[in-house]
Amino acid sequence: MFLSMNWIRDFVNLDGIDLDELIHKFTLGTAEVEGTEHVGRDTYGIKVGQILTCEEIPESKKLHKLTVDLGDHTCQIMCGAPNARAGIKVPVATLGGMVGGMKIEARPLAGYESQGMCCSQKELGVSDDHSGLWVLPDDLPLGKDIKEIYEIDDTVFEVDNKSLTNRPDLWGHYGIAREIAALADRPLQPYPVQDLSAYGDLPEVPITIEDPELCYRYSGMTFGHVTKNVSPMNMQIRLYRCGMRGINLLADLTNYLMLELGQPMHAFDYKRVNAIEVGHLDGVNQFQTLDGKDRTIQPETLMIKSHGEPVAVAGIMGGLASEIVDDTDSFLLESANFDAVSVRKSAQAIGLRTDASMRYEKTLDPEMTVTAIARYLKLLLEIDPEAKVTSRLTDVYPKKYPVRVISFDKAYVDRMTGIDISLTRIEKTLKDLGFKVERQDDQFTVTVPSWRATKDVTIKADLIEEITRIYGYDNFEIKTSKMDLYPILPTPEHKLHSEVKNMLAFTYGAHEVHTYVWNDGKRLGELGLSNAGKLHLTNSVSPDIDTIREELMPALLTVALKNKGYAPSYSIFEIGSCVPSLKEDKLANEEKHLGVLLYGRSGMEGELLVRAKAICEDIAKAIKGVHFSYRAANETEVREWQHPYNSFVVSLGEGENAKVLGTLAVVHPSVAGKIEKKACAVGLELNMDEIYPLVKMMPQFKEPSRFPSITADATFIVDSTVPYSAFEQIIAREPDQHLERYDLMGIYVDEALSGKKSVTIRFTFTSYERTLEMAEVAAAMAKIKSDMGAIGAYCLDV
Amino acid sequence: MSTKVDELRARFQEQMDAVKDAEGLEKIRIAFLGKKGFITDVMKSMRDMNEDERKEMGKVMNEFKGQVTQEIAAQGQKLKARLEQEKLKNDIRYDITLPCESPLGTLHPITIVQRELEEIFSSMGFAVEDYAEVVTEYDNFEAVNVPKHHPARDMQDTYYLDNGELLKTQTSAAQNFILRKYGAPCKAIFPGRCFRNEDVDASHETTFFQMEGMMVDTDISISNLIYFMKTMLSEVFQKDLTVRLRPGFFPFTEPGFELDIQCPFCGGKGCATCKHGGWIELCPCGMIHPNVLRMGGIDPEKYTGFAFGLGLTRLAMMKFGISDIRYLNSGNLRALEQFKTL
Repeated sequence: MFLSMNWIRDFVNLDGIDLDELIHKFTLGTAEVEGTEHVGRDTYGIKVGQILTCEEIPESKKLHKLTVDLGDHTCQIMCGAPNARAGIKVPVATLGGMVGGMKIEARPLAGYESQGMCCSQKELGVSDDHSGLWVLPDDLPLGKDIKEIYEIDDTVFEVDNKSLTNRPDLWGHYGIAREIAALADRPLQPYPVQDLSAYGDLPEVPITIEDPELCYRYSGMTFGHVTKNVSPMNMQIRLYRCGMRGINLLADLTNYLMLELGQPMHAFDYKRVNAIEVGHLDGVNQFQTLDGKDRTIQPETLMIKSHGEPVAVAGIMGGLASEIVDDTDSFLLESANFDAVSVRKSAQAIGLRTDASMRYEKTLDPEMTVTAIARYLKLLLEIDPEAKVTSRLTDVYPKKYPVRVISFDKAYVDRMTGIDISLTRIEKTLKDLGFKVERQDDQFTVTVPSWRATKDVTIKADLIEEITRIYGYDNFEIKTSKMDLYPILPTPEHKLHSEVKNMLAFTYGAHEVHTYVWNDGKRLGELGLSNAGKLHLTNSVSPDIDTIREELMPALLTVALKNKGYAPSYSIFEIGSCVPSLKEDKLANEEKHLGVLLYGRSGMEGELLVRAKAICEDIAKAIKGVHFSYRAANETEVREWQHPYNSFVVSLGEGENAKVLGTLAVVHPSVAGKIEKKACAVGLELNMDEIYPLVKMMPQFKEPSRFPSITADATFIVDSTVPYSAFEQIIAREPDQHLERYDLMGIYVDEALSGKKSVTIRFTFTSYERTLEMAEVAAAMAKIKSDMGAIGAYCLDV
Repeated sequence: MSTKVDELRARFQEQMDAVKDAEGLEKIRIAFLGKKGFITDVMKSMRDMNEDERKEMGKVMNEFKGQVTQEIAAQGQKLKARLEQEKLKNDIRYDITLPCESPLGTLHPITIVQRELEEIFSSMGFAVEDYAEVVTEYDNFEAVNVPKHHPARDMQDTYYLDNGELLKTQTSAAQNFILRKYGAPCKAIFPGRCFRNEDVDASHETTFFQMEGMMVDTDISISNLIYFMKTMLSEVFQKDLTVRLRPGFFPFTEPGFELDIQCPFCGGKGCATCKHGGWIELCPCGMIHPNVLRMGGIDPEKYTGFAFGLGLTRLAMMKFGISDIRYLNSGNLRALEQFKTL
């Protein structure tokens, strides 16, 4: 929103104040100023002149040679404006002056000396009109400096609209002037209005509010015998500086009031509109707004009607049929207050956001509707003293806001601010901002003014803001808090995530990536994977990205697809959210998963799988006392991206009570093959939410035996389908008391063994009391070897 | 006889001077000290001498033998050392300028900046919390005092889900959970991923990280808020920053502020990062709205607190000089592999 300092000065005397400093204070105390322009500073020496003669010259088709009377002298000016003619008064930039930063000097044009420049409105910065010279009224005295007549000079600043969202009172110059007055410590002038009570004997305007929930107040008045239809130039200049454009007097005045007081108004041609109903239309209707566009009006949209016919979209825009035209001499003036949400929804529904609707959206003060009419009338009569009032003020006001009274004490202010702001300062600040303040010692009772009471100031914390922002945050002494000391440890979840990330990046050389929480449907399609998920976005821009992911691995595979050709082998990982299922109440069952993708050349599957398992085991080791188990996934457990026979389930514990933690699998060769020919990949996905609650135990120290260990190797021949875990189970059944550990030394598969493999295991025996005898170890080994018969394993050496 | 010894001595010296390698030295040793060597010869010839002569000669010869043994051993050491030197000289010479391959992987730049902030806040006694990405309307809006018809709840900004939940639009969605978990007093930060339905370009993403923080106790004030913000941001940028507050409106704070920092890159003179304004708007913050405290089960008459939000993604981009936000979620390893750090 653009604001004119001249306009603000109508209400507060700013003489002797540095405006740039004041605007900076406004930024820090009220709302962000995005830019300031001192218009007119680079334009001076402009005087009222009259063109005495206007001659064409043979040297140019465009230029005219003018003699211009400046009162005390005449001069010759070469001018190219199409409307230059003898007799008119125009602004003349005289020698030594400046226009928009351009110095005015005598110079030859087409062979004639030009001793100045006649100016257009655009050149003087008062409108966009560059079609010709600014033709001035005939009664202006010759030679007079134009800045003494028109507001060429001004300081215009732009306030960020977003920072005014919660300040309905700041959508007009008078509200801004109130802030400026408080910040500058100058008094605010009362708002100049016409006394409306003088018209109490005139007839009423018929006004009916059919939906009082959406129209809080409707004030109307009618006027006639309007003789003027052009606004005074200075009013037009102010409208222009604030981003609007002069149309005709009656419409300009409504805009002027909106910019000055923040109250949107509408003037209806009285010939078309002489009664008002505020309500809805039946069904869906077409309505032509002022801008000439046909709008589809839904039945929920609040409308202004006259004798049942729609004449305006309430709070947004009037209708074309009842607009003020050049010959309008009587009109009905609307000054109303509509429900903020209703106006916003209607504006969205018809796709039209206007200066008026933008203001109503902020929840305007209904108290100002009558003030606006009284001000309008005052201005109208100043401009057109012959205009007549033809009705009394008619004011329908079904819904009032409660008067808000807030109590607080000085101790509360001290606690919230942490500094000492004096009682008198608190009182003065609130009064300057229009609050009614009663104080008894430390106790304040504050009545909120109507313009702050619609939503902005409701509780005592809101008053803290008023007090502190005017006090100035730059003036605050800053202090640390006094708070009890107590230990704050990282949560187990946070710690686990952090440790796992470090391990993957710094031990396993993997790269951390971030992927979206929704599936990348297009790329999954390229990999031959489906876009599966239990949860969907209702307002996604594309169906390719509307499904919330159930697992991480498909996303990591799409990352691999995007990195085609990056390196022959690499690993990536992510700890991220996914929604594998919905709960009974339909809420998302969100889980944090770890996904690791190990990528390589075909033939490396076995190697990658072992590395992926090592990652699992290292995570288990990080949580001491936890044992992960692995088993082949059954048909229903195999995910789409997985190799059907090389997919494994990672669980906590074993057997029936095992808790599933995740999955470890070779990526389906057809999927890997779509990333790159001859590529292979292994994926690991663990549910971190199941892992972090596991109690982390400190490792207990075990003193090594002082006696030497004895090792013995055994090589078993066994059916190649028997897993290694079968050996572990046999050993665990009746472990020898001196068996300290056993390690797999190697597995050898040979065609000569026809369907069998040889498995070599090294057994280590230790006693804590004595040196073991060879015979004891031999006996223990003999037992192990014979026990292995249970899984069909036998030793060649026995 | 003594001339014989002198002669031997001279010969020994001559041969030692000429010796070049271990083999030559061994020949000298055999020639002088061997069973059939010169010294043995002389010793043998001493049998024919009278006792005095023999005694005299014995002494001389023993000295000479000692000298020869020692010199040969010394020379042997010298030759061995020289040989070793020769060998080392001929050893392969390595090119230390050859490139090396690092087995290190990388953390995501967001993780790196997030950790940095977590460390700063942990050191000041703040807990670090996490929260879900799929949240209820209550968490995201109601619980942080955003009423039903607030424009922020309009469809265009928020990703709504077909089960009635939504993707959290702000880390504030965790405020209620954290206030309820810790009660008062409470000091916590909660970084998290947020989602907004908007068009993606170099500086806008649908998916980005924020970090929010809260501090609640009996007498937390605006003065404390400024102190913590200034201290924390000075740590983040590793310099003593100037901060300023402006009024800002957020439904979950009262009063609410926009916090600007004087541009740490140009010191406030104006540069591209601060868009030539000298100040960077960095951090919405404010005193926690009494309604938010109340909904979190905390008595606003007894406790006060402040809250702040930091654009983690924006901060990471500023710190690393990443000009296009889209790299962060791209999974582009050529871009991400640069963040090698321990």
